Amino acid sequence: MTEYYRQYLAVAVFIGAALGMVGAMLGAGRLVRPHRPQPEKYITYEAGSDPVGGWGQSNVRYYIYALLFVIFDVEAAFVFPWAVHLEGLGFYGLIEMAIFIVVLAVALLYAWRKGVLRWA
Amino acid sequence: MTHLLAVDIGWGWTLAIKTVVVLGLIPLGALILGYTFLLKMMSHMQSRLGPMDPGGFHGWFQLVGDGMKFLQKEDIMPEQADRRVFALAPAVVVISTFLIFVVIPTGPRLVVKDLDVGVFYALAVSSLSIIGVLMAGWASANKFALLGALRAAAQLIAYELPLLLAVVGVVVQAGTMNLNGIVTAQQNGAIFGWDGLGNPYILTQFVGFALFLVAAQAELTQTPFDMPVAESELVSGYMVEYTGFRFLFFFIGEFGTAFAFAALAATLVLGGWALPGVHGGTADLLGPLVLFVKLMAVAFLIFWVRFTYPRLREDQLQAMAWKYLIPIALANILVTGLFKVWL
Repeated sequence: MTEYYRQYLAVAVFIGAALGMVGAMLGAGRLVRPHRPQPEKYITYEAGSDPVGGWGQSNVRYYIYALLFVIFDVEAAFVFPWAVHLEGLGFYGLIEMAIFIVVLAVALLYAWRKGVLRWA
Repeated sequence: MTHLLAVDIGWGWTLAIKTVVVLGLIPLGALILGYTFLLKMMSHMQSRLGPMDPGGFHGWFQLVGDGMKFLQKEDIMPEQADRRVFALAPAVVVISTFLIFVVIPTGPRLVVKDLDVGVFYALAVSSLSIIGVLMAGWASANKFALLGALRAAAQLIAYELPLLLAVVGVVVQAGTMNLNGIVTAQQNGAIFGWDGLGNPYILTQFVGFALFLVAAQAELTQTPFDMPVAESELVSGYMVEYTGFRFLFFFIGEFGTAFAFAALAATLVLGGWALPGVHGGTADLLGPLVLFVKLMAVAFLIFWVRFTYPRLREDQLQAMAWKYLIPIALANILVTGLFKVWL
């Protein structure tokens, strides 16, 4: 196994460790906690009254924020490698990134003017 | 200490030891923050008498009592719930918190794995918790939980961007994403030719630091950005159906991530484990302590704001991220880049 993969092995080990801790704590809790099932305990909580309807519904206006997010998140993925190598790239790199950011800023401005950012 | 660290016991054992240490460290960090700030500082600032009472001196027993209470709670899963997703959701949040700690350096060699993409990786895995929150809200089959989870998702993705973009300024200055590299760059830096203190980036990246703190506040869903858990309207949002230890995992996730973000901010702009004039083995020895002091200072700021401000409205929250923080962060990147190329 090369050093590169060995580094990310640590990440995998940590996922396992987290799952192990969650499992161990829940397992240990099982030994101590009471278990007295009553049907009323398993009703969905709705501030004390009987639950109405079944599963809730979500509001569709959230999806536009998700779309905006994807655009800017991809941008962030581009900006980081640029940031690391800026010293070598010099003014050429800076102007390139300035154009890229201005284009994105215009897109944000467009969304703003279109009223996408208004929460109503 | 130098000799102890110099012993080579093979990467497998090293990794095992580091994993166990960090495994203990995360709940401990969450407890320290919960105890110092949530119980004691909040009690003093808001004149709360309850948490100051148990056990006598300053209510030192409160947290132990809370832990015992969680241990004794019955494990209830609503019958409408999607059982598998419901059970997995807290684990996803805890995994996300654990993974951040892989890259946080507490000394030149005291780091689990010093990944080259360090800070980028840390921010990427920290956003995994959004998935856990959405899973919890959806699987609970509860209207409060679903509303809370959707608010949380909208908030976390909106503030993910200022968080990421605020860090770019530091990366530009240091020329690396590796966290140890960023610390060394600050240690070896100079303020206008004077290198007595190194160059902690808070001097040049104060805008980035402020953006990072505001975004971290929102990512951690601390007041004034706590609409997802707003107890007076959503009765704790996505956590409403969770009891006992399953609820405790969300608590560990929240405060463990606060610990990690404070450590990250301290590493990025306050010089991390570095102390002026301390190098080599001594830095390994003092590093954890130095970093702890710095991260507690950052955590103090986060919780000070939390205990002082009232909750924002949902539309104000979104407007703040998109109309102010992101444009400022973009400008900060360009200005930092200009100085980097120019000077």
